[in-house]
Amino acid sequence: MAELTRGGVGGFLARQGILVAFAVFMVGFALANQRFIAVDNISGVIRSSAILGVMALGVTFVVIGGNLDLSVGSMMSFSTIVVLDLHDKLGPALAIPAMFALTLALGAFIGFLVGYLKLNSLIVTLGMLSAIHGLTLTWSGGKNMDIADKEGTWFAIFGQGEVIGIPVPILIFALLAVVLSLILGKTPFGRKIYAVGGNGQAATFSGIPRARVVFLTYVMSAFCVATAGLLQASRSLGSQNTVGQGMELEVLAAVILGGASLLGGSGTIFKTVIGVLILGFIQNGLLLVGLEFYVQYVVTWVIIILAVWLDIAAKRGRLLSPIA
Amino acid sequence: MTKETILKQGGIWAFIVVELIFFSVAGEYLSVSDKAFMDFDNMLLLLKQSAPIGIIALGMTIIMINGNIDLSVGATFALSAVVLLDSMTWPFMAAMGDWSIPLAWGFALLTGVILGAVNGLLVWKTGVDAFIVTLGSMLGYRGLVFMYNGEQPTSHLNWTLVDFAEAQFLGLHTATWFLLVAAFVLWFLMTRTVHGRNAYAIGNNREAAVNAGIRVGPHIMWNFVLIGFLASLSAVVFYSESGSVNPNDGMLYELWAITAVVLGGTKLTGGYGSIISTLGGVIAIQLLRKGLGHIGADTETVNLVIGLILIAVLFLDRQLNRKGKEELKI
Repeated sequence: MAELTRGGVGGFLARQGILVAFAVFMVGFALANQRFIAVDNISGVIRSSAILGVMALGVTFVVIGGNLDLSVGSMMSFSTIVVLDLHDKLGPALAIPAMFALTLALGAFIGFLVGYLKLNSLIVTLGMLSAIHGLTLTWSGGKNMDIADKEGTWFAIFGQGEVIGIPVPILIFALLAVVLSLILGKTPFGRKIYAVGGNGQAATFSGIPRARVVFLTYVMSAFCVATAGLLQASRSLGSQNTVGQGMELEVLAAVILGGASLLGGSGTIFKTVIGVLILGFIQNGLLLVGLEFYVQYVVTWVIIILAVWLDIAAKRGRLLSPIA
Repeated sequence: MTKETILKQGGIWAFIVVELIFFSVAGEYLSVSDKAFMDFDNMLLLLKQSAPIGIIALGMTIIMINGNIDLSVGATFALSAVVLLDSMTWPFMAAMGDWSIPLAWGFALLTGVILGAVNGLLVWKTGVDAFIVTLGSMLGYRGLVFMYNGEQPTSHLNWTLVDFAEAQFLGLHTATWFLLVAAFVLWFLMTRTVHGRNAYAIGNNREAAVNAGIRVGPHIMWNFVLIGFLASLSAVVFYSESGSVNPNDGMLYELWAITAVVLGGTKLTGGYGSIISTLGGVIAIQLLRKGLGHIGADTETVNLVIGLILIAVLFLDRQLNRKGKEELKI
């Protein structure tokens, strides 16, 4: 089975499996329904994936650093509610920076707990999922939040506007992806994240401030969440308290689908974008061929397991786990 | 019992006592109702309400002692509930009258066992981390729930079943009995059998367990079967009484169960934990919910408080066991 690791069709399939699967899906859906590859459909899919995508970019940083973030969904609800509430109280120009500051503060708190206090990230972010949900409900008093004057505000531009024919959410998603990809791939800070996630102890011994790096990954994740909250708020101009509920796991699914290892130290922004698009296009493709929205859950399940399984199989050189 | 074990295992029960005192005293001043918090009926109800999450949390304890995690329990819970209620409307079942009840329970439990076995087999055979496998099946099983009956709720009310579920035996509700019996059986399994001992060994040091000749795979698999069974048992207990299930039911149950288990002191890294302490964790959370409601706090405060307590417990636990600071990364 040595050829599974290098060269050969099997090896290629295992390593680039996710891209191959993506291509197969696209061709299959395109054959099944012509509308699937229409420009407005593709643009529509990317646009509706943008919010999930922006969050996934941030979580990629956290996951590469060797941690998890289960709080992003609940944090996104928080940002959305806060910016909508402050919009009417302070005006949009002040509401947006205020919301970013509050969300970043939450991210910094999580980063402090996981980075400096070295608490288990799964439990910390699980606790924060619950705590931030409580915070959101306290802020809104449990009621839905709406902007009073939906026609007369420029706030809608982030979620609904277009620049030279491209929807703004797509532009923001793309811009953020490029910038974060450069930070991760081309800067010393990016390399430090990989080092910390790959082998924390080795990173510490080579003088990398592990705590600060982990702290910063959570701050970046919070920044992405705030951006996603802004997009969500601006798109709907009103929101429930639970708008982001359950998104943490979808985001994680996209990141894992992109091939980032939950053990840390591997993954790229580009692959995460592919993961997000796969989820988006599968959802759209299944709808277009006339299946109900929940069929995508089952398909996503199969794809996630297969993707990770193949990835692991390629690394160990055999299909089945050797444990007895 | 060294001082350390008392400190660790007694912590959750001390916390429960503190909660009881706090809510009783605070209730005197803040409560809108005249009823005392420590009312006997109130406490019985509390135990009954703890049962659905509690039974799942017991299974989660074993999974976590084993060094794994299961995020799909909420979906398993929902699918078992759908099977339970729907199977009673099948023609041959309907013809059987009340004899269809044990059969319907059997179908529901079988569903849980199969779903658990699928998780276990995947974890065992593919070598993919349990977190990812069950994250996937959380989505997949939820999809199956929707595919079963679309977005419609599944309802079937059988009065014999409702009477059984609402019955009280020796003062305790049926659901409470299920919780207690499950806790006893699992306590026995984990502390008095070879399977339990091996589960601790595998969670503590998987490599050493392999070297000691323990067959790691089947143990992991059986534990997933067990939690699948318990998730469906929880559904059986709960939906026998309510008689109607929405396709979104059971969402976030995995998170509540994990919270209860961690409050009870079980380690995410595996190899350490106790069924009895998890029971304490479950009761502590339910007390907190009820207590905050009793003193007139809004429901939203509950989430905030539970989240912060979870983090505080993690911090305290770390301070108490400086030795185990090399925590395994998930």
